[in-house]
Amino acid sequence: MTLNRRKFLGTAAATTAAALSAPMVRAMGKPRVVVIGGGAGGATVARYLAKDSKGALDVTLVEPTRKYYTCFFSNLYIGGFRDFESIGHTYGKLASEYGINVVHDWAVGIDRDKKIVSLAGGYALPYDRLVLSPGIDFVEGSVPGWDISNQDEMPHAYKAGSQTQLLKAQVENMREGGTFCLVAPPNPFRCPPGPYERVSMVAHVLKAKNPTAKIIILDPKPKFSKMALFQEGWAEHYPGMIEWIGPDFGGANVEVRPDSMEVVVDGEVTKVDVCNVIPAQKAGRIAEIAGITNDKGWAPVVPATMQSRMDENIHVLGDSSHQGDMPKSGFSANSQAKVCAMAIRGALLGSKVFPAKYSNTCWSLIDTDDGIKVGASYEATPEKIAKVDGFISKTGEPAELRKATYEESLGWYEGITKDMFG
Amino acid sequence: MKKLRANLLPWLVAVCFAQAAGATDIGDEKRGADLFRKYCASCHQIGAGAVNRIGPHLNGIFDRKAGSIEGFRYSKDMLRQGADGLVWNFENLDVYLENPRSLISRTRMNFRGLKDPQDRADVIAYLRQFSANPADIPEAAPTALPSEHVVPPEILAIKGDPEYGEYLASECLTCHQRSGADEGIPSITGWPVEDFVVAMHAYKEKKRPHPVMQMMAGRLSNEEIAALAAYFETLGE
Repeated sequence: MTLNRRKFLGTAAATTAAALSAPMVRAMGKPRVVVIGGGAGGATVARYLAKDSKGALDVTLVEPTRKYYTCFFSNLYIGGFRDFESIGHTYGKLASEYGINVVHDWAVGIDRDKKIVSLAGGYALPYDRLVLSPGIDFVEGSVPGWDISNQDEMPHAYKAGSQTQLLKAQVENMREGGTFCLVAPPNPFRCPPGPYERVSMVAHVLKAKNPTAKIIILDPKPKFSKMALFQEGWAEHYPGMIEWIGPDFGGANVEVRPDSMEVVVDGEVTKVDVCNVIPAQKAGRIAEIAGITNDKGWAPVVPATMQSRMDENIHVLGDSSHQGDMPKSGFSANSQAKVCAMAIRGALLGSKVFPAKYSNTCWSLIDTDDGIKVGASYEATPEKIAKVDGFISKTGEPAELRKATYEESLGWYEGITKDMFG
Repeated sequence: MKKLRANLLPWLVAVCFAQAAGATDIGDEKRGADLFRKYCASCHQIGAGAVNRIGPHLNGIFDRKAGSIEGFRYSKDMLRQGADGLVWNFENLDVYLENPRSLISRTRMNFRGLKDPQDRADVIAYLRQFSANPADIPEAAPTALPSEHVVPPEILAIKGDPEYGEYLASECLTCHQRSGADEGIPSITGWPVEDFVVAMHAYKEKKRPHPVMQMMAGRLSNEEIAALAAYFETLGE
C-alpha cells in the first residue's frame, strides 16, 4: 500500500473526525450531505435539501467567503446600474431558518473511499452524498504572458468581488481617449454573453465620462452569444467606439504584457490602458482534487441526477459540470440544483423522484433600458442534457419591449437570489 | 376619519351635482367599460354575481375599507393600509390606478398603471356604477374573464398532485417569488386553480405572448399544469 495524498488526507481526516465527534451527536443517524461552494448551485441545493427533507438530512455547506457577490449582475455594477452591496449576499438565513451548517472554510481534500472532505482549517466532514459546485478556475498559460499573479494589472473580474471593483475603478480612471481591451475566452466558459455585456457596460460608462475612448475585444471565437443583438446595440448606442477582432484578424493569436500594458495581436504590438483578461476555464480546483474531471478539465455528470460519472456518491453542479447543452450560468446551476436535491432525497430518504427538467435564461443589458435575453428548456437523455426548445430576443425590437425585458431581469435577480439564500 | 370625510366631501358634492344634471363629470363610463375589459378583467370581476378571482371582485368598492373582502388573500401591505384606515375613494383610486405601488408598496396587483388621467377617470366612472350609493348595481351579467382562451372541461377537471407540483414549481421559483413579491416578474401565488390552468394553456398554445412562458408551458403536460396549479394555490402570504 502506497501512501498517496488522498490516503494521507483520509487518515488525518479520520482522526479529526473522531476528535470532533461530540458536537456532531445532533446529526447522528441522519444521512449527511456536504455541499462545497455557496453560489447558484451550492446554495440552492443546500436550501432545497434542508427545506424539503424537513430535518431528515444533515446538510453542511462549505463556502470560504462570508459574503458572496454574484457574478451575474456584476457587469451591471461596473456599468453603474447596481451598487456593490446590492450584489452581495450572506448565509445567515440558510443557517438560522433552514438549519444548514454553514462552514466558512476551503475544502482542500476529498477521500472518496472513506467519504470524507477535509478543510483547510483542519476539520473533516464525513458525507453520505457530496455535492461539488465550485464554479470555475482558469487554465494556466491559456493567455500567453498572463497568469494569476498579474490580476492586479490586468484583472479577470470573472469571479465577482474585489476583482470587479478593481476593474470598475480602472475603467473610471482611464486616461482621456484611452483604450480598454477585453481578451475573451474560448468555449466553453462561464456566462457566454458575459464578456459582451461587460463591454456594453464599460462602453456605457465611457460614453458619459470619456467619450473619445476606444474598446477592443480580442476574441478567439468566430461568433459569440447573442452576437447580432450585441452588434446592433453597439452600433446604435456606442457608434465607432467598439472594435471586435475575431480569429480572422488575429483574435486567437494574442499575447499580453502586463508590465508594459501592451497586447500583441498576430505579432503587432498595441498599447492599452485597461486590459480585462478572461482566460480559458476549467472546473473549480476541488473537482480536480477529487479526481472526477476529464481531460478537458470539466466533471462529466449523469444527466438525470447530476451525479459524477466517476463516483455515484458525488454530484457536480453548475459551471464545473460537463453535462451537454446547457450554458454555464447561474440560472443553469440553480436549475440543476433542484433536480439534484430531488435525486439525493430520493436516494437517501426514499422520497418520490420525478423526471428531470432543466431550463435557463440569460438576460443581458446593452445600455439603459435596453435588455435582451436568450433561453432554452432541456431534458435528460442517457448521453447528455439535451435542448428541447429555446428563444432569443430579436433584432429591431421596440424600445418598450427591451425595457420590459430589462425589468424582467431585475425581477429574476430578486427571485433567484431569494431561491438561493432564502 | 375626520380627514377622510373632508377629502371625500368636495367629490361627493361634485357627484351630486352631476347626478342632478343627469350626467357625470368623473369620466366616460362607456369608455371606462372598454378600458376595464382591456386592463382589469383578466383578474377582476364586477357586476351582479361577480366573485373573487386573481383579484377581489370590485362591487361596492367605493367607501369600502382597503383589503376588507372576506376570503380574499390580500398582500400584507394592503391589509395594513386597510387597518390604518385607507378607504377607497376617487382620489386614492386615482393614485392607485396610476401606479399601484405608489400607494401600496408590495401590492400583489401586477399592473403597470394607467398613465393617462382621462383613462383613469373613465375607469373610475365605470367602477362607480357598481357601488350602491347612489346607483344600484345594474342587473347585468358580471364581466367575465376575457375569453382569450377556452380550456375543455375535462382538462379543467384534472386533479393535480401537489407533491409533483412542488417539484415542478421549483423551476418557476427561479423567477417568480415564493413570497408572492412582484419585482418585475409577476406574482403567481394564491391564484384560483382554474385561472392558473387557463393561463398556462394559453401560453402553451402561444395565445399569450411571452416567449419564456410559452417555452416553459409548452413542455408541460395537462397533468403537470394541474399539479402546478394545485401547488401554487396553496402558496400565499
